[in-house]
Amino acid sequence: MTGEKLAQRNYYGKALAELAKEDPNVVVMDADLAGSTKTSDFQKACPERFVEVGIAESNMIGIAAGLAASGKTVFASTFGVFATGRCWEQIRLAVAYPKLNVKIVATHCGISVGEDGASHQALEDVAIMRALPNMVVVAPADAYEAYAATKELARYNGPVYMRMGRADFPTILSEDVEFHIGKATVLREGKDVTIVGCGQMVSSCIEAAEQLKAEGIEAEIINMSTIKPLDTETLAKSVAKTGCCVTAEEHSIIGGLGSAVAEALCDGNWVPLERVGTKDTFGESGKPDKLMVKYGLTTADIVTAAKKAIGRK
Amino acid sequence: MTDYTVAELENIANKLRLHVVEMTYAARSGHPGGSLSAADMIAALYFKFMRHDPKNPDWDGRDRFVLSKGHVAPVLYAALAESGYFPVDDLLSLRQVGSKLQGHPVRGKVPGVEMSTGSLGQGLSMACGIALAGKMDGKDYKTICMLGDGELQEGQNWEAAMFAHQAGLTNLIAIVDRNRLQITGDTEGAVGLEPLPEKWKSFGWNAIIIDGHNMRQILEALDKAANAKARPTVIIMKTVKGKGVSFMENNAGFHGKACNDEEQARAVAELKAVIQ
Repeated sequence: MTGEKLAQRNYYGKALAELAKEDPNVVVMDADLAGSTKTSDFQKACPERFVEVGIAESNMIGIAAGLAASGKTVFASTFGVFATGRCWEQIRLAVAYPKLNVKIVATHCGISVGEDGASHQALEDVAIMRALPNMVVVAPADAYEAYAATKELARYNGPVYMRMGRADFPTILSEDVEFHIGKATVLREGKDVTIVGCGQMVSSCIEAAEQLKAEGIEAEIINMSTIKPLDTETLAKSVAKTGCCVTAEEHSIIGGLGSAVAEALCDGNWVPLERVGTKDTFGESGKPDKLMVKYGLTTADIVTAAKKAIGRK
Repeated sequence: MTDYTVAELENIANKLRLHVVEMTYAARSGHPGGSLSAADMIAALYFKFMRHDPKNPDWDGRDRFVLSKGHVAPVLYAALAESGYFPVDDLLSLRQVGSKLQGHPVRGKVPGVEMSTGSLGQGLSMACGIALAGKMDGKDYKTICMLGDGELQEGQNWEAAMFAHQAGLTNLIAIVDRNRLQITGDTEGAVGLEPLPEKWKSFGWNAIIIDGHNMRQILEALDKAANAKARPTVIIMKTVKGKGVSFMENNAGFHGKACNDEEQARAVAELKAVIQ
């Protein structure tokens, strides 16, 4: 039900378990974290097409490439830091360059990983994956969209990186939401400021819009669940109306959604842009909600950024 | 494939060597040393051992070859061209702008190239994936992966070696071109690999050690590896880097350097003298 607190990874697991029955080409891999990433749901449904590689992410990517070259649709999962940084060059050569059908699906992205601290908080993953030619980058807004995106990824033939969080957080979309690669959705219309969010931050964007409304500011909210290729058309249309923009992501402002939007605005019609995200810093251990406050990733930070952007018009 | 004799295969290997020096000379760059050491094995694979159809590169029943030591692309391209995957005349476009013959092999650009390689240490993982798919689908193709010896300093090889044993990939054959030289010089002076057969054995593999320039030994080893029942097999072939061109032999300087004009004349003359 919309508003219910659900973890994206549980819905990733649910979609994979269904794919086990729907698509005989799907192979799922993990690097000793199947219980956390929820690929264990696929393992239960289809042990013969589940591949445990042990704690060896680089090897996982190479094997994934070999499987994909042999006609398989491969989902390879682990935590975001290890799924991208540990084996970036393997992804570059073995998957992205030959455009193989491998979906690198990471959980535990962002600072809300919490207590495990900076070693486990992926805040640069979008930046490094976005830089790879042929790579699609997806960050679903809630558990329902994660489910829909997983199904869509299985239909798409090519490399994709999808990032998800660890925690349960409120769903904002309907249970039967559709997901299309490269297509953003306007969740709320407004004329004063465009707020573009991805992942868990979209729900905070909606809350921010409510607060801004109380002050007479009408914010337009875009769920940019595909960061690459960016839906520049939806973005351009919105900023043409509002004249300023805010981005919100649980990721560094260097190289992530904020950068992608800045690039798009540079290529089109520039408007004032404020980026909410981590500011060129590592995270630390702590309760997720306290970390979100300390690192400037709350609804209040989005509200402040929106006012600042409007002030710069 | 045509049933070539040992002598004919040796002759094909020398033809491949001639292509290698001509291609790298034309490109004024490339990696002749390791291409020449691998030439006998490559000839055995493409003209005797492997099940493949150059007119139908994507044939489902083909054996799969992954060149993990991607820098020796010239000898692979030469074998593919001589097999009939593409015209031999194309070989001289190596490393030119717009050529399909990139400095390192690229999947999708060259018919017969299974995987993109060139960054060392990754091919065995890819080969594991291909072999695993074969097992999953009940197909009987073999997957063969050629590795450099210096390349084994990359840790990912050992992740793959562990996995291959765990997954029971008896349909996988690794070949190590043990020419003992890397850019720095002797592998044992860089970061030593010995005892190499024992390393592989302790990772759960059969290890066969051969003279990589003895065609009979090569064919026997491949046959033995193809019939392995319990474990994946590695063939460690002792070779001479630069084999077939006197001044390139055991010379690390020709790892990644083509001949100059004078050297080229000598290299071509030496190789032509042994080609029937």
